[in-house]
Amino acid sequence: MAEPIQIQRIAEKSRKMRHHIVDMIGCEDGKVGHLGGSSSICDVVAALYFYKMKTHPDNPQNHHRDYFLLSKGHAALVQYAALAELGYFPLEELRRVKTLGSILQGHPDRTKTPGVEANTGSLGMGLSIGLGIALGLKLDKKENMVYVVIGDGELAEGQIWEAAMAAASFKSDNLVAIVDRNRIQATGAIADRMDIGDVKYKWEAFGWRVLEIDGHNIREICEALDSEREQEKPTMILANTVKGKYISFAENNAAFHNGGLSREQYEQAHSEIDSYMEVVK
Amino acid sequence: MSQRNTYGQTLVDMGAVDKRIVVLEADLSKSTMGTLFEAAYPERFFEMGIAEANMASTAAGLSITGKIPFMASFSVFSSGRCYDQIRTSVCIPALNVKICGSSAGLSDYGDGSTHQSIDDIAIMRVLPNMQVFTPADSAETGRILKYMAETEGPMYIRLNRNPLPDVTEGQEFEPGLVYTLRDGREAAVFACGVMVSIALEAAELLEKEGVSLRVINVPSVKPLTAESVYAAAEGAKCILTAEEHSVMGGMGSAIMEVLCANRPCRVRRLGVEDKFGSSAEGYAPLLAAYGLTAEAVAEAVREEMRCVQ
Repeated sequence: MAEPIQIQRIAEKSRKMRHHIVDMIGCEDGKVGHLGGSSSICDVVAALYFYKMKTHPDNPQNHHRDYFLLSKGHAALVQYAALAELGYFPLEELRRVKTLGSILQGHPDRTKTPGVEANTGSLGMGLSIGLGIALGLKLDKKENMVYVVIGDGELAEGQIWEAAMAAASFKSDNLVAIVDRNRIQATGAIADRMDIGDVKYKWEAFGWRVLEIDGHNIREICEALDSEREQEKPTMILANTVKGKYISFAENNAAFHNGGLSREQYEQAHSEIDSYMEVVK
Repeated sequence: MSQRNTYGQTLVDMGAVDKRIVVLEADLSKSTMGTLFEAAYPERFFEMGIAEANMASTAAGLSITGKIPFMASFSVFSSGRCYDQIRTSVCIPALNVKICGSSAGLSDYGDGSTHQSIDDIAIMRVLPNMQVFTPADSAETGRILKYMAETEGPMYIRLNRNPLPDVTEGQEFEPGLVYTLRDGREAAVFACGVMVSIALEAAELLEKEGVSLRVINVPSVKPLTAESVYAAAEGAKCILTAEEHSVMGGMGSAIMEVLCANRPCRVRRLGVEDKFGSSAEGYAPLLAAYGLTAEAVAEAVREEMRCVQ
């Protein structure tokens, strides 16, 4: 059970991560970044990295670690922000994101970034990779957990459903999927582009235990992560979120799925993150 | 013995010693012979259902935990259906995943074009970090599988569905090298898979006419060691390649890339002429329909010999 002081700490880290995301996008001409989808899942990622998961920044290959996979790899900035705050690599690396030779690529790259477990970016693959890790852990009778963050637009990828079906079939209860339900994809509202229908019902029908939460309420996030696992069932946490959360011009705006910031917007984003972040609703 | 039986049995033998080996299948284990491993080590066998994309990325995940996954399906599916998964989940991070393309080429003669891969060598070899193997017989299949299990990195092995003559007895396998199985002064044919034994038959036919055809086995399309290829081609007046695969992008193209990078060189590529496969009542008639016979190879050699005269 998360104590108020722990929730406070997660919120504080989430706020720092949001600032890092805006900084990594910057306001130089031509620079763009996935602001919307990184911001929407930031509180969940903060809770995972700073509360729930066993992490080892000094030894990313530690055998006792929990595994985090960002299946919606375009939100790489949120993962980089968390890893930097934890000390997997120096904070100044964030300034070099997506530049030639950087250890921080446009999408997560396990060969270049300490703390990244798999290469994602081509949507729909992360849950399968997480399943493979979960199966390997079970073969070795290990207790490590696997957490996979999936986009709601990403749910259109058939492979997600292949993995969902298989995870239930293999009774992978060491696998937790979190769906970032921000309801917007690159070209508009999901309901208008390719309506994925009743997400909770579909995952339950596929044999998963499903918890639905406010993805910006840190107490709810922690309670969901701490909740008793159902034996032999994988867990899906359906996090209702806002794309571009806490940045007024980016909230619910598909233009900021992957967009650039003017100097004014850049400064406004930073000041809004500070003013509006609440700790507990 | 067929290559696919060797696949199944070799996995069992290797799996007895190396507990990291795991096997994934997509409802074709009774054909790929992964079923032998399922019987021997059910806890390390993963039936993934008819879901090749999930199978490939799941294999990537298993390799992240230190396992050595061998995944198989018909080559059209294990190379083509999950191509992006192989590229992105496996090859970009160079994960230790082994892919078996079973019933490759035209060897599944009954099922027709949807089940016959004429592009798998091309699409696999063009992926960075991927190694591509095309054994000529069962014994070579066993040697290559052993290499695959013992060596890190993404690898693809292409296996025929049907029994093939033994042609590589007493040989070793080293990735990159080509092997001259039969010497010849005038013409040289680089062959892989079933075309090796067919090329050897062609050499017998040509010998009666006083033409000596050198037959070189290419079990490793990638890596492909240039010096080995030059040495094998040395002195031949004409050079041919023969594969049960499209003439575009496969082993023949790989050999041609190596030879022509060195000096201007005419290379006659024999294979499937940019067409899809089709059903046939038997393997022999199907190969004949696609020009993949000893007589067709011999005729091509005769044509090439006339060209250089």
